[in-house]
Amino acid sequence: MPRLGADMTAGKLVKWLKRPGERIKRGDIIAIVETDKANVDVESFLEGALEKILVQPGDERLPVGTPLALIRTEAGAEPAAPAAVAAQAAPRVAVPTADAASAMVPPATVAPAAVAPAAVPPRVVPTPVPPAAAGERARISPAARNRALELRIDPATLTGTGPQGRITLADVERAAQAAPANTADTRQLRMREAIASAMARSKREIPHYYLACTIDLGRALAWLAERNAGRAVTGRLIYAVLLIKAAALALREVPELNGFWIDNRARQSEAIHAGIAISLRGGGLVAPALHHADRQSLDDLMRGFQDLVKRARAWSLKSSEVSDPTVTITSLGERGVESVFGIITPPQLALVGFGTPLERPWVVGGQVAVRPLITATLSGDHRATDGHRGALYLAAVDRLLQQPEEL
Amino acid sequence: MAKMTYREAVRDAMREAMRADPRVFLMGEDVGKYGGAFAVSHGLLEEFGPTRIRDTPLSESTFVGAGIGAALGGMRPIVEVMTINFSLLALDQIVNNAATLRHMSGGQFGVPLLVRMATGGGRQLAAQHSHSLEGWYAHIPGIKVVTPATVADARGLLLAALKQADPVMMFEHATLYPLEGESEDGTIMEIGRAALRRRGKDVSLIAYGGALGKTERAAAQLAQLGIDAEVIDLRSLRPLDTEMILASVTRTHRAVIVEEAWKTGGFAAEVCARIMEGAFDALDAPVARVCGAEVPMPYAQALEQAALPQPESIVKAVQGLF
Repeated sequence: MPRLGADMTAGKLVKWLKRPGERIKRGDIIAIVETDKANVDVESFLEGALEKILVQPGDERLPVGTPLALIRTEAGAEPAAPAAVAAQAAPRVAVPTADAASAMVPPATVAPAAVAPAAVPPRVVPTPVPPAAAGERARISPAARNRALELRIDPATLTGTGPQGRITLADVERAAQAAPANTADTRQLRMREAIASAMARSKREIPHYYLACTIDLGRALAWLAERNAGRAVTGRLIYAVLLIKAAALALREVPELNGFWIDNRARQSEAIHAGIAISLRGGGLVAPALHHADRQSLDDLMRGFQDLVKRARAWSLKSSEVSDPTVTITSLGERGVESVFGIITPPQLALVGFGTPLERPWVVGGQVAVRPLITATLSGDHRATDGHRGALYLAAVDRLLQQPEEL
Repeated sequence: MAKMTYREAVRDAMREAMRADPRVFLMGEDVGKYGGAFAVSHGLLEEFGPTRIRDTPLSESTFVGAGIGAALGGMRPIVEVMTINFSLLALDQIVNNAATLRHMSGGQFGVPLLVRMATGGGRQLAAQHSHSLEGWYAHIPGIKVVTPATVADARGLLLAALKQADPVMMFEHATLYPLEGESEDGTIMEIGRAALRRRGKDVSLIAYGGALGKTERAAAQLAQLGIDAEVIDLRSLRPLDTEMILASVTRTHRAVIVEEAWKTGGFAAEVCARIMEGAFDALDAPVARVCGAEVPMPYAQALEQAALPQPESIVKAVQGLF
């Protein structure tokens, strides 16, 4: 059971998306786990074959770290007679049966250590994916299987009415109609609990300091208007994307704000994964990651942002998006507030906030002018950084937003 | 639009082509004085004379080869082979010469040849006149294979074939010759496009040539059983309109391929494979085939009919998918 968020201690296994014997690539979604905040797609960080499922989906809350399945990693060809697959992990230690076989596999191709449990060693000579035993695989048409996946219905719960008991598209559609109304209310409740726990922990443990800085957004908005003028609606950028990019780039200059506080010390992250605070309909919020926000083009960020918002609201985030953010960015958009002093998402080190851009009198070149101003704020963890570094960070954000064409 | 038979449509198309283009001529066994084994060329000798309507010796290899030579020399020959079984005698000319010369001459020579022949069973002509080997020809790159199943297509595809720069094989199912229908004037068809003969949402029935009519009758019976079948007429086996097949199967989630030829290694297998490759995720049932029984065609009428796909066997195959 992966930790899909700093405050997660346990999760429910909702369903498996892979079956024993199926090949798995790095990044493949292998299971869906329900955390207190969302149903999260769990991605594999290994390549190999799903060897054995250890836990079936159910209502039990499984502590983080519980082994869910064994993944067999691969490195080369299998000897003709693979060792019998036993229930315990130990006998699966790679034992090349022939010298020739081991000689053909250079050490460099040895796969990295297997997922969980640690008892499964990397195999020098792995097994090709064994075909699933007869009867193990449900008789279900490809169309029905895909539809069930879309509707998040476990085919194992269905009764097939097609020839030879095959589960057909119609069976899935019937089950979907018969399914009880979704569990939105329980989810809302659970999410509230999760937010309560994380925020209380943050305020209890993290000595926050807060800084604010007023930024003239005139150049950025003018540049944006010009850039959007010739574009179809779908190709346009919103100003929030400029804020995200600037906030991410500025972290390169003050990297000690980007990372985690773990075991009484700060651990900077090289990658900048911006957790974007997204409010959900009906209350609650999540802050999934826009990966490498500093390295993405504005267009890519825009697409990623829209996609993230859509999926967050559909309760369909990936595990890496939930667990990877190294910093949180919150923008209260058009809601009319001037500034937001956020609470840091533990164990992150900082939260960057943006208020609503508002037209205000502002002194430009010794004269009062009407300019669109935005208040940028920084909530920092005083254990890791001091106000001085935080001030440099906000100054960098300001500077970057004055050169929108460079973003 | 004129009402005529399939036989008349083929004849009219040849007549129209010969009137329009002096390079077009017809040769084959008994196409002249006798008017063609299936009376397709009846009356053409009188209009165009023996230099353009040429009776040939009983030697398929020779006269198909002569057709290839004429095409290389700038003519637009139409060669009629009496039946598909006899075309095997000309297989060497078709596969080794007609299909390859453009490639082997580095593009210098094309063979704009149309070879027409009767195919298929159902007329009690037994095991040497009744088979459906057009799928073999569809295996060969370098030739096009058309299988008109309607009066309009007989005319349209023949005229389209004569516009091609490369050889075309046209297979006329012999039971279709007396079929009546509307022939459209002046339409030049595009070879390689299938036709949607009936729209439906529950299953795609895919057929060509002589199997189309039976498939359409099966679709009508299925409608009474509450199954809404779509019918696709392939019209051309090479090139094959994979796009239409996949689009249809993606809508209906089921496919049944109907073909008179034997199942093993038949053209239905190719269509089936394309569906697996391109629409696997849309399938709600295995792709089914209704093909000819794997026997040399029997002579006895009851046995012959039993060896061929019938509306009833198509209906049964479709019902097996639900």
